[in-house]
Amino acid sequence: MKKTYKIEVDCANCANKMEQAARKTEGVQSATVNFMTLKMMVEFAEGHDPQAVMEQVRKNCKKVEDDCEIFL
Amino acid sequence: MNKRQKRMLARIAASAVLLVALNFVPVEGWLRFACYLVPYLVIGYDILIKAGKGVRNRQIFDENFLMAVATIGAIALALYEGSGDYTEAIAVMLFYQVGEWFQSYAVGKSRRNISELMDIRPDYANVETEGRLEQVDPEEVAVGAVIVVQPGEKVPIDGVVTEGSSTLNTAALTGESLPRKAGVGDEVISGCVNMTGVLKIRTTKEFGESTVSKILDLVENASSRKSRSENFISRFARIYTPAVCAAALVLAVVPPVIGLLSGAGGSWETWVYRALTFLVASCPCALVISIPLSFFAGIGGASKAGILVKGSNYLETLSRTKIVVFDKTGTLTQGVFEVNGIHHNEMEDARLVEYAALAESASSHPISKSLQKAYGKEINRSRVTDIREISGNGVIAKVDGHEVAAGNDKLMDRLGVSYISCHSVGTIIHMAIDGAYAGHIVISDVVKPHAKQAIQALKAAGVQKTVMLTGDAKAVADQVAGELGVDQVYSQLLPADKVEKVEELLRGKPEKARLAFVGDGINDAPVLGRADIGIAMGAMGSDAAIEAADVVLMDDDPLKIPKAIRISRKCLGIVYENIVLAIGVKLACLVLVALGFANMWLAIFADVGVMILAVLNAIRALFVQKL
Repeated sequence: MKKTYKIEVDCANCANKMEQAARKTEGVQSATVNFMTLKMMVEFAEGHDPQAVMEQVRKNCKKVEDDCEIFL
Repeated sequence: MNKRQKRMLARIAASAVLLVALNFVPVEGWLRFACYLVPYLVIGYDILIKAGKGVRNRQIFDENFLMAVATIGAIALALYEGSGDYTEAIAVMLFYQVGEWFQSYAVGKSRRNISELMDIRPDYANVETEGRLEQVDPEEVAVGAVIVVQPGEKVPIDGVVTEGSSTLNTAALTGESLPRKAGVGDEVISGCVNMTGVLKIRTTKEFGESTVSKILDLVENASSRKSRSENFISRFARIYTPAVCAAALVLAVVPPVIGLLSGAGGSWETWVYRALTFLVASCPCALVISIPLSFFAGIGGASKAGILVKGSNYLETLSRTKIVVFDKTGTLTQGVFEVNGIHHNEMEDARLVEYAALAESASSHPISKSLQKAYGKEINRSRVTDIREISGNGVIAKVDGHEVAAGNDKLMDRLGVSYISCHSVGTIIHMAIDGAYAGHIVISDVVKPHAKQAIQALKAAGVQKTVMLTGDAKAVADQVAGELGVDQVYSQLLPADKVEKVEELLRGKPEKARLAFVGDGINDAPVLGRADIGIAMGAMGSDAAIEAADVVLMDDDPLKIPKAIRISRKCLGIVYENIVLAIGVKLACLVLVALGFANMWLAIFADVGVMILAVLNAIRALFVQKL
């Protein structure tokens, strides 16, 4: 399943870091951050609840980039 | 400017003013340190906080941390040396923030610019309830509902006109301002602007399924498919920063230690200073921001011109296209049969066509349709009697009392009429009136007006080979190819053969060249998928084409193909310029610093300056009108 989330982040490198962090999160099949449109597209692995996974993604992103936000 | 940017600007101004003012205040020692600490903290407090948080989260190599270490280091060095020169550290922080501010401003601005370019999203739909017009959200309009579009408004949802007639402007979709007529029964697609009359439209799709939503979706998601250059840059950034930090550490420790060991004495201050300068130059921001920005601007500019590119990766592939394969019908030719010539006639052209159209009036064959179209007037069936259709030969009928025979050479042989063979390619209809030969009409698929120009423009844009595939007969195919200047032709192909031919061409091409296939998107989805890059044209309203292709041309003008290639070349050119500029300047700066020819000022100017240049250069990709 694929979902798109709106994000807020200030710099392109930070967006890259968020992408890395999201990809490493358990339950995420693949993730792409589009800095230009401020969107994050996440494909969830089977058998994972998107809501729970996204909470974790958000936590991991905050860890690498304090100044970011994902609107769930 | 948003709130955050305004606040940042205020901080930059305050800190700059303080810094300049402090130059004229004669304070010494610790008081001086305390005084200078004020502008430093004003401009840099958030960087210091972020750096602290980064360390806690074990994200050491981020630019905040580097800036914090470099500036604190420089201040500490000034304290240690007793020089009291704190200006440098503060200025570095100041310029860094100016750079960040500019970046955020420029990106925000181009984000808005590009969304304005694509401003085809309708805000409302007019629904008539009890004689009054009511504005509702287009998403709430059900399929089959009737909406009213007034002059000057956008058509919000795809549908069929039920009342009224008007002219529509498709400029927002195709990039060309070609007015289209729309009357009762015509299909209209969303995104067009109604220019003259009021239209009532029965919707045939939901808003989310309508053309305009599909296009917006496609463009917004396009830059998520990353190109190789973008991936290269993210990988590069990941290696670059730690590498520069390691180099800085080596620079701070190794030369002084060597100096100590060799007895020359280690000049720790010099080398620590150079190492700190290294850190200042280590931020990969110029690179990381300018590449996706270039692609985003390129894709935005292309969509403005009616060329939808589904991803940065496709833009990259497009720029390396060396072979363009066309499916003839619908791309180079109109795909409709038209009367293309009338030869050896004994009477006026119009009269001959009139007889032909009347004689064929009972037939629904495409040929007779095109004759009727060429005649252009209402057919009065009462003028035609005794219609005899002779299968495989043609038609004989009585028109206005004259016996008219219209058909191929077999029909003429059968009637014993001597005819003149035609050298033109296409379907030839010989005409005999009252047993005498009256000339022949040539009907063929019409080449698009810009097709020849497009082939030439492709060549000029660096395409090495053009190939035409068609299911048509060899004679027709060769004639069209010769007329247009296409290099290679394969005719009499079944749909499955086309895939095979494309695969053959793919195998035969040089490693780095890319092959593009251009089709009308109707029944060539497999070929579109098989080519390196599939281009569908004339896609207005055709969902299948939008799905199957990588690049979608909104109208069916073949000149859009070379234009798309030129846009991609320009965009990729800018990308490479930026890569070379950013990496080159950084490396040069690092070398100068390591050798002691440059100080922290130069490092920060190089950092911020390159970024500003790269961002401005990236925005250039947006301007494609003149290409």
